[in-house]
Amino acid sequence: MHPAFSVIFLTTLLGAGQGLFLALYTAQVYAAFGLLPEQDPVRFHALGAVLALVLLGLGLFSSFFHLGRPERAWRSAARWRTSWLSREILVLPALMAAIAAWAAIHYSGFDPLLFTFRETYAVSLSLAVGAIGTLLAFALYLCTGMIYACIKQLQEWATPLTVVNYTLFGLASGFLLAAAFAGWSGTGLADFFGGWAIIATVVVFFTRAASLVRNARLKHKSTLQTAIGVRHAQIVQKAQGAMGGSFNTREFFHGASKRKYAFVKWVFLVLVFPLPLLLASAGLGSGRTGLWLAAFLIQYLGLLAERWFFFAQANHPQNLYYQTV
Amino acid sequence: MTQLALVIDLNVCVGCHACVTSCKEWNTSGTAGPMADLKPYGKEPRGTFFNRVQTFEVGEYPQTETVHFPKSCLHCEDPPCVPVCPTGASYKREEDGIVLVDSDKCIGCKYCSWACPYGVRELDEHQKIMTKCTLCVDRIYDMSLPEAERRPACVNACPTNARLFGDVDDPDSEVSVAIREQGGYPLMPEWGTRPANHYLPRRKTRMTIHEDELVRADNPLKKERQLPMPDADDPTLDETTSW
Repeated sequence: MHPAFSVIFLTTLLGAGQGLFLALYTAQVYAAFGLLPEQDPVRFHALGAVLALVLLGLGLFSSFFHLGRPERAWRSAARWRTSWLSREILVLPALMAAIAAWAAIHYSGFDPLLFTFRETYAVSLSLAVGAIGTLLAFALYLCTGMIYACIKQLQEWATPLTVVNYTLFGLASGFLLAAAFAGWSGTGLADFFGGWAIIATVVVFFTRAASLVRNARLKHKSTLQTAIGVRHAQIVQKAQGAMGGSFNTREFFHGASKRKYAFVKWVFLVLVFPLPLLLASAGLGSGRTGLWLAAFLIQYLGLLAERWFFFAQANHPQNLYYQTV
Repeated sequence: MTQLALVIDLNVCVGCHACVTSCKEWNTSGTAGPMADLKPYGKEPRGTFFNRVQTFEVGEYPQTETVHFPKSCLHCEDPPCVPVCPTGASYKREEDGIVLVDSDKCIGCKYCSWACPYGVRELDEHQKIMTKCTLCVDRIYDMSLPEAERRPACVNACPTNARLFGDVDDPDSEVSVAIREQGGYPLMPEWGTRPANHYLPRRKTRMTIHEDELVRADNPLKKERQLPMPDADDPTLDETTSW
């Protein structure tokens, strides 16, 4: 498939934004159970939520560049019963609304107690709204992943690993950003977020490696023989039906050389996993915000490459009709 | 149920591209058009087509065969492009099974073209919406046309009659009989899309003659020559019989 930068930015920005919100809410839940100190609701929770909203907003903005007719984008909420894309388009604004409400509650200080759990733990409005946001954030990871995983003839994508990887990459980059944000805002939570970011990065290393191994051993179901229905081992295409290429030759081929393709793969393998892990482990306990920020930025760059490779690797069966691209 | 479809006879197609040009001509001025052309006189002309003819060479010389392969939307009975559409612009008509794109609802996200295994949908670079074969839906029901012309433009244009059009759900229609009796097959059956369009394979008429069939073994006179003419003096049939 042709990797479109609009979708690369969309998926990586959304993933990091969701992950950042989940990190902030995790800290609040820990604090509610008394496992972490309470944080400044305005400077930490509200501001962090605004940062997550900015990332989600940028992702939403870049998604419009993928549309031929962005002015009609509102129509895309119509088919949520069948289309994962439609579901994503419903869940994203819902998540943004939940995060905005969560931020507003923290900012305004209007956080009434809803009920008390086991007479010890107080469940406030912000905790409940955050729980809804958490559900929506995970639903959005599911939708984003399923957009790709549900197309069964794109066999490189049609695996639960796609959803798992989208979720874990988002969590890893979001928690790294949360660590940098916590360091900047002067709370002592950088190590807490950083620890989870390291765990997420290590786990996603194994799941992404599993998908790479799976795709390397993939046997494509369609062949040129099934594509045109002629049973012969040797079929050579002589004409593709177009002189200057067509939508089919532009949309479904990445167009990069073999060297660039392999290069991007190694770029993402280095930038997403070892370098951020190195920086993050140096950042643990150091109290240096710059290390966390560098880890986040490097991993984000790597994720751009990872997403490019994710698209480029997918081999659409329609390519069988265009043998000489 | 009605499922309109094309049956394309690869045995007859000569790869003349008349279906391609007639499709473009009809549809660029029809309800789906205009179909953009970019740099039509440039070095690399490109544009939107609903139908394309490709050519494949099967086998190795001298045992080769050229297969011309017209490719357009197959109007699947279980079209994967329809459920993925977020706006409902991509839909399958209940009444005749034609898969269409509502050009007023399409947002041009290209997701349907990803979901189609056959690559028969094209994003129009001018209109920025997805376009595809409509099976000339604006033509086949047009009562102002003579009945013989109420067929897709490509079917009318085909000089070798390689394209048949009809209802594949009617077991007695021309297309159903052709599929049944001439080995019609769907493309990429592995994806379970159940394409309505079918292709008829290349087929050769061969006759096996054994050596003993070249010699008349059952000649009762053991002679192959003509019998001689009777003499002029011999009695004729009229003289020997009384009527």
